[in-house]
Amino acid sequence: MLGSRYAQRTAYSFDPAAEAAAATDAILHDTLHGERRGVVVDSPPGAGKSTLVVRAARELAAAGRPLMVVAQTNAQVDDLVLRLAEKDPRLPVGRLHSSEPGAFDPALAELPAVRTSAKAADLAGMDIVVSTAAKWAYTKVDEPWRHAIVDEAYQMRSDALLTVAGLFERALFVGDPGQLDPFSVVGADQWAGLSYDPSSSAVSTLLAHNPDLPQHRLPVSWRLPASAAPLVSAAFYPYTPFRSGTDHGDRRLAFGVPSDGSGVDRVLDEAAESGWGLLELPARHTPRTDPEAVRAVALVVGRLLARGGAATSEHSPDPAPLTAARIAVGTAHRDQAAAVRTALAELGVTEVAVDTANRLQGREFDVTVVLHPLSGRPDATAFHLETGRLCVLASRHRHACIVVCRAGVADLLDEHPSTEPVQLGVTVKFPDGWEANHAVLAHLSEHRVPWRP
Amino acid sequence: MSLIETLARMEAVATGRAAPLATVRHRHLSEQPLVFVPLTTAGEAGAPLGALVGTDREKPALLAVPQPRNRDLRFAFLAELAESLLPYVDGFADVVEWEERKETDPETGKKVPVQVELCADAPQLIVPSAAGIDFVRLLGRSMRFRRTAEQEPEAPYPAPPHVPLLGRWFTHFGERARVPGASLLLSMTGLLTRHWATGQSLLEDQHLGALLAWIDPPARHPTSTPRRQRSAPALQGVSGRAAAERAESARDADGRLLCPPAGPATDPAFDNRLLAPAMARFDAGVPGAEDEIHGLIESQLRPTWDAVWHGIDLLRGLPPGARVADRWKRDRWSYTAHRDRVRAGEPPQPRRDDAVTAAQKLASRETAQAQLDAQEALDDPLVMAGRRLAGEALEGTVTAVEMAFSEGRRPMPRPLVTLRTADRTPLPERAKLYRALPDGKTQTAEFVAYAAEEPGALVVRLTGGMGRGRTPEPGSVPEPDDAVCWTLFEHAPRGGPELPDPEDTPWTHGGPPGATGAPEDTPDTATAEDFL
Repeated sequence: MLGSRYAQRTAYSFDPAAEAAAATDAILHDTLHGERRGVVVDSPPGAGKSTLVVRAARELAAAGRPLMVVAQTNAQVDDLVLRLAEKDPRLPVGRLHSSEPGAFDPALAELPAVRTSAKAADLAGMDIVVSTAAKWAYTKVDEPWRHAIVDEAYQMRSDALLTVAGLFERALFVGDPGQLDPFSVVGADQWAGLSYDPSSSAVSTLLAHNPDLPQHRLPVSWRLPASAAPLVSAAFYPYTPFRSGTDHGDRRLAFGVPSDGSGVDRVLDEAAESGWGLLELPARHTPRTDPEAVRAVALVVGRLLARGGAATSEHSPDPAPLTAARIAVGTAHRDQAAAVRTALAELGVTEVAVDTANRLQGREFDVTVVLHPLSGRPDATAFHLETGRLCVLASRHRHACIVVCRAGVADLLDEHPSTEPVQLGVTVKFPDGWEANHAVLAHLSEHRVPWRP
Repeated sequence: MSLIETLARMEAVATGRAAPLATVRHRHLSEQPLVFVPLTTAGEAGAPLGALVGTDREKPALLAVPQPRNRDLRFAFLAELAESLLPYVDGFADVVEWEERKETDPETGKKVPVQVELCADAPQLIVPSAAGIDFVRLLGRSMRFRRTAEQEPEAPYPAPPHVPLLGRWFTHFGERARVPGASLLLSMTGLLTRHWATGQSLLEDQHLGALLAWIDPPARHPTSTPRRQRSAPALQGVSGRAAAERAESARDADGRLLCPPAGPATDPAFDNRLLAPAMARFDAGVPGAEDEIHGLIESQLRPTWDAVWHGIDLLRGLPPGARVADRWKRDRWSYTAHRDRVRAGEPPQPRRDDAVTAAQKLASRETAQAQLDAQEALDDPLVMAGRRLAGEALEGTVTAVEMAFSEGRRPMPRPLVTLRTADRTPLPERAKLYRALPDGKTQTAEFVAYAAEEPGALVVRLTGGMGRGRTPEPGSVPEPDDAVCWTLFEHAPRGGPELPDPEDTPWTHGGPPGATGAPEDTPDTATAEDFL
């Protein structure tokens, strides 16, 4: 089944830049001139979502329509403000923040046209005011904003939208439907199937009540290389396929130091060559912070740096050195991330981003090293099978993704089919995590390097 | 499952006895709880078969339906249930104390203190298992929309008096039971699994008899034959595992389970062999058939009734946690608020929550969960040990305190405390830490660094809880050799932001309830009428 989807490859000529521009133009047209109160944009990983948000915000501001921007985390808000200021240093942007110390990136204080405040009243008159949904929820306005942009709307919960929706008249909702769904630590089954289930995503509530809103999607991933886009598209976005903006050969990863023949070095070479690598440890049931797997992850990162990696891409003709800041390690649990950080510190490696899938959402790196969520587990729970978790981990890279995993995950999957109850009135999400996991695993097995620590 | 619970379960498997998960009782247990053991009819949703109800363990009231498919008998049962339950529920309504609360004055719009009633105590219902809680909800849903002859004299088939009222209370208890840590309606299996870990699966723990067998196995099986008794274990009593197996499967000469399911589902063998023939005799009008059915149903209920009280005895053996009363007070508020709604003549709870109510409930339950997790850890060193093992807290001994001050116009004390710990808690940079002070307040601190020269030693900077002065209040700064426990989680997490009023529900959520075009209440075209 996956093979047939791969077979759709370039039968016709495809100009990624033109396709993406056409999609963006249609979105901006609906946003600026549409009659409807909302516009929804689905964006696959790295498809220029932030670029779109920045552009839409600037065009609305230029048209004399001040707007509020809602993002989900402080990091996302700071990033947006920096991007806005980079595009137009004189654009008046307000950064609404919490009153806690260190609530925003100190770099914002350097920007001349950016004003920061914990009170919305201080930011009155700014063209654009950006904040998190949590902060906006405590804000009261006399007159609602005429426009809003809601970023990462698929990661926003329906009840969070409920608290801020009264602040604006119309909004552009942008997000990635394939990433992690919002969740609740307490049961919310009692509302399953209701159109406004507070634990569902903001977009599903919005569309349930406003089914005829214009919906767009961005067709090209600029981040994912040609080696990754077909797999991620087929495994996680089967009905809304996308393409990579670059072709095979546009990007190259090479090492200055030749392989020492070890398993770790061989998986690096495999990943540099093909974009994917699977370092497979012997099958074993382990605690979450599997010491051997954690050490293997740290070794892979250590060798990536020690071998003097260099990445060539469409950004520049000269190879750029692969530095620690361009590498990320992704895990399923926080204690795993903490264990990897400790192991890296022992190797003297710092500055590598080590975090859980939730926190890596929306970020981009040259190379990612992933500790497989099911590695060493005796069972496959709904948490570990969640489609979005694997999708985030497998779609953060521009060049290559190396997965470290215990053998036997395919058997584990077969022993644990999804058993989530089917709820009436809830749209079944495709693909389910079980199928997506199998699809990714099948692809990874072609790039497998067995290794015994 | 947390690591410490997994360890406790492994310990239970190894020893054959349940292992404690708590050193104190984390739920309020009323002086006088009402135990409710319901049974339902197989294959008939919402058709009660019988129940034992009461506050006196020696004298439960037996209610039984000789033919559950007969709607009149079913209503007679519900009326009897209301008669035996409502006096208990109402019995707490009139003993009140006064509390001060801030309310918005409708004229000035300012928050002004007002005196409001708070019931001094509240009813507590205990059912055997989680399925019993669901059954309470189901009964509540099926009763609260009924109309009595008094309410609607013209309507045919009026409900007996009090039945709708019991439905509203059951619905309230059922909703309250979804709030983490709430204790108006509790299941005995839920209570026991919170405090003990057995060597069986979570699903098997729903069998009350088996669960009790792990926690408190009988000294010896009363009916076991000498052949089965081995000499050595017989002296120490049987193992929990063996007792649990016996609780699940042992039957008497009539084929009845010695320990019938804790309900509301019945044992199919009992249904087929004993209950069905007795009901057939009742339908045929055989004299004495009704008494026979009563006896049969009591035989299925009584062991569970005794088991629930056995569980209550075990739980009373644990001292209550220090913050349990605080949570019970919220239950009392909840009870008082519903009492007021009933007294004000408000209509029954709607079939479905509107968007704002649903969001409100979810937010308050998430806050309650966070508070419960924090309070249980602070009340109980064993729970805190689990959090330490999970990397969410650390305990250590203070080795040095160095006074320091914040910069700025008004320097405030920011002492640096060095502690030595054996906990391997990963601390992110500038991690915020919390510590309970002896007076119940919380002290905040910030992780500074690991001490370079000494492994296991780290430095934190105290950032609060020392009063407003330039010198910290006495006792607010730890001293060398003090044992301190810092947590990475907040001790009194705040609730979320205010939600709009239901009539201000925004367009993204379908607008105000009742507005046209709302997709939720499209009529069901297939069913002529839908009373549930």
